[in-house]
Amino acid sequence: MAGIAAYGVVATSGAAVITSKTVHGTQVSQDGLPLPSTVRKGGLAYLTPQEARTIGAVFDRLIPADALSIGASEAGCVEFLDSQLAGDFGKGTSTYRGGPFEQGTAQQGPQFRQTPAQRYRMGLIGLDAYAAKQHGKPLADLDAEQQDGVITDLEAGKVAIEGTDSKAFFELMLKNAREGFFSDPMYGGNKGMAGWKMLGFPGARYDYRDQIGKKGQKLNLIPISMVDHSA
Amino acid sequence: MANVRPKADVVIVGLGWAGSLMAEELTRAGLNVVALERGVWQDTATDFPPAVDTDELRWDARRGNLLPPSVTAVTFRNTSDEKALPTRDWSCFEFGWNTGGAGMHWAGMAWRFTPFDFTPYSTAVKRYGKKQFVDGLIVQDWGITYDELEPFYDRFERIAGVSGTAGNIKGQIQPKGNPFEGPRSRDYPLKALERTLLTDLFDQGASSLGYHPFAIPAGHTSAAYVNPLGVHMGPCTYCGYCLYYGCGNWSKASPNACVLPVVMKRDNFTLITQATVQRANLAEDGKTATGVTYIDEKGTQWEQPADIVVFSAFQMQNVRLLLLSKIGKPYNHATGEGVVGRGYCFQTVSGADLHFENENLNQFIGAGALGSQIDDFNGDNYDHTGLGFIGGAGLLVVQRGARPIGDGDHLPPGTPRWGSQWKAAWQHAFQNATFIFGQGTSYSHKDVYLDLDPEYKDSWGQPLIRMTFDYNENDRRSAQYLEDKAVGIGKAMGAKVVIGTNSAKAKFTPYDFASDHTIGGAVMGEDPKTSVLNKYQQVWDCPNVFVSGASSFPNNAGYNPTATIGALTLWTAKAIIEQYMKSPGPLVQAS
Repeated sequence: MAGIAAYGVVATSGAAVITSKTVHGTQVSQDGLPLPSTVRKGGLAYLTPQEARTIGAVFDRLIPADALSIGASEAGCVEFLDSQLAGDFGKGTSTYRGGPFEQGTAQQGPQFRQTPAQRYRMGLIGLDAYAAKQHGKPLADLDAEQQDGVITDLEAGKVAIEGTDSKAFFELMLKNAREGFFSDPMYGGNKGMAGWKMLGFPGARYDYRDQIGKKGQKLNLIPISMVDHSA
Repeated sequence: MANVRPKADVVIVGLGWAGSLMAEELTRAGLNVVALERGVWQDTATDFPPAVDTDELRWDARRGNLLPPSVTAVTFRNTSDEKALPTRDWSCFEFGWNTGGAGMHWAGMAWRFTPFDFTPYSTAVKRYGKKQFVDGLIVQDWGITYDELEPFYDRFERIAGVSGTAGNIKGQIQPKGNPFEGPRSRDYPLKALERTLLTDLFDQGASSLGYHPFAIPAGHTSAAYVNPLGVHMGPCTYCGYCLYYGCGNWSKASPNACVLPVVMKRDNFTLITQATVQRANLAEDGKTATGVTYIDEKGTQWEQPADIVVFSAFQMQNVRLLLLSKIGKPYNHATGEGVVGRGYCFQTVSGADLHFENENLNQFIGAGALGSQIDDFNGDNYDHTGLGFIGGAGLLVVQRGARPIGDGDHLPPGTPRWGSQWKAAWQHAFQNATFIFGQGTSYSHKDVYLDLDPEYKDSWGQPLIRMTFDYNENDRRSAQYLEDKAVGIGKAMGAKVVIGTNSAKAKFTPYDFASDHTIGGAVMGEDPKTSVLNKYQQVWDCPNVFVSGASSFPNNAGYNPTATIGALTLWTAKAIIEQYMKSPGPLVQAS
């Protein structure tokens, strides 16, 4: 069966057929309980230590530590990203990857040849090169104000990146930083449910029948998560 | 062909709402039915119990229940002189994949269309004259009326367990219901869902302007319920995990919860999952389908012979299957001839972003259809004289649960998107930001259509569907009109910041997530020259092929399509059982 392989549609090798369960993984046990996170304890699955350091610096400017909450890296967003990039998201398993690759109109959306994991690799090279050119140091070694300046330039589309573009790489990092900060702690970020506590989001609750009648009231519900990942 | 399965009476392609309801009706009538589903088997207890549902990353951000573009993408362009390119990433095309289809991950708004929506051409011509149609607009009647479909809407509402407040029972206007709805034979099976601060604010604001707010009919059971098939459903707990999610409570209506548990027990029903149908096969006469060809999970090709073929895949995939099967004459944009792919439309969305100052909206409590709407400006419920367009929109608020990841940009204009200022703004908006959603009608145009892409293929090497679409002048005018109305309601609700929104102001892009209600392309109608299907969703050119889904709608209404898909399926099933089986052949003679 030549189908999938011939068109290079699926990034993972060897699978003749992809199904819902092979793409997204089944994270539920036979008893119907969510399985604990596969986030590694220590060490990195995809990122290099230098890449992780740069990501941490960027994420801590996107979601800084302040009076409202801890910052992104303390909340585990770098570990979250590393785990995501090593998995289906990083491999672009769900995206259409058949050729030819051509740039079209803005309405036609991204036509990236690279997977998200590859885009990070190239994007971080471009970002550090830009920081070095502007300030003589890698991004992680700059002060906060200088970092904000580089990130602002990235957002404005001013940083040259091979295989992707500056603005799109900024959007990818912003999206992933938010995902790490606000997804269930079982994915490695949102440590201590810091993101949810900041918003007042009660988390993985499934029954609000006792609260729905309390219209407009501040409910002060303590958030809960799917799996206790604090241990 | 080497691999041929035993012949069935009926083969059903796709097991969403349309396929499941069709299977239930036809197996109950004693027919031997084989259903082919591209995805895997999914049921409530195993695949989306409460323990795994509460996961925004997996189900919403990563779209865990949707058909990935890697399996089948859509190519898109705004106009026929552009080259279409694939939508490589998740877009507004939110196709179902596994058993239950899109009916498993839908939000749950269970609308009937208005009587006007089925006869837009004759009604508008009578009321305004043909001058009301902008150049190139395709407006045509469905061949079926609201009154004909009413008993089947009623049946769908009973099967799904819809919660709502009737507005018009047999012509009698009811308090607190929608006074503009078509006459219904009886009330909803369940009372409306609970009300919230958001719906109260909307109801008060809309009422103060003289409009008529009512509770949105919801495919969420407001109390414990047993449907006519004997399936038990539990009361909705307002968890807020509906759109993109399965329901772990057996509260949200879905094929998985409401229909499949019954059908799966029947000896005359066979389900084959991970079976990707490639085409229907035609006999030498070119007018009779002999069955379908599919590829199983190991990549092996099979033939499933059958006397009747039912396409009940997602709207775009129904059109694609017809084109791949060479059933019906493809639309030719240059000549205007042909019907398959013609009559395509989307949804015209406008509304308003609202930012309150100091509320506790508590929108994490919610349900996909927990909301309020006015229909004062929907369909033909108001006088369009001098407005230069037809149609309108339902204007609604919906409290569907919170999205800490997904709504981080729902902030007042000019707010930074990162840093401490963003954090503070998002914290405030989490309890204070909401929106009015104007879910609008849409009419097709001669320049928008679906066909097969000449270059890009799916994972099996078959051409992708190609979409050529942009908004037309009717869309732009109606959207602006509705945007202004939404802004008025937002101000009357007391929001501090009200920003009008209007998708039709810019060129269409699949990455505008305002609506996923893609419609038409294999439409039903009165004339084989302008429709693929007759009023029974039977292919004019190939009478043992029936196509059920939103692909049959010649125009979109200012509502979600699901209940109309369900009602049309039940209507078609009855016609197959009571008419076609007695005398196989065309159920309508083309005049």
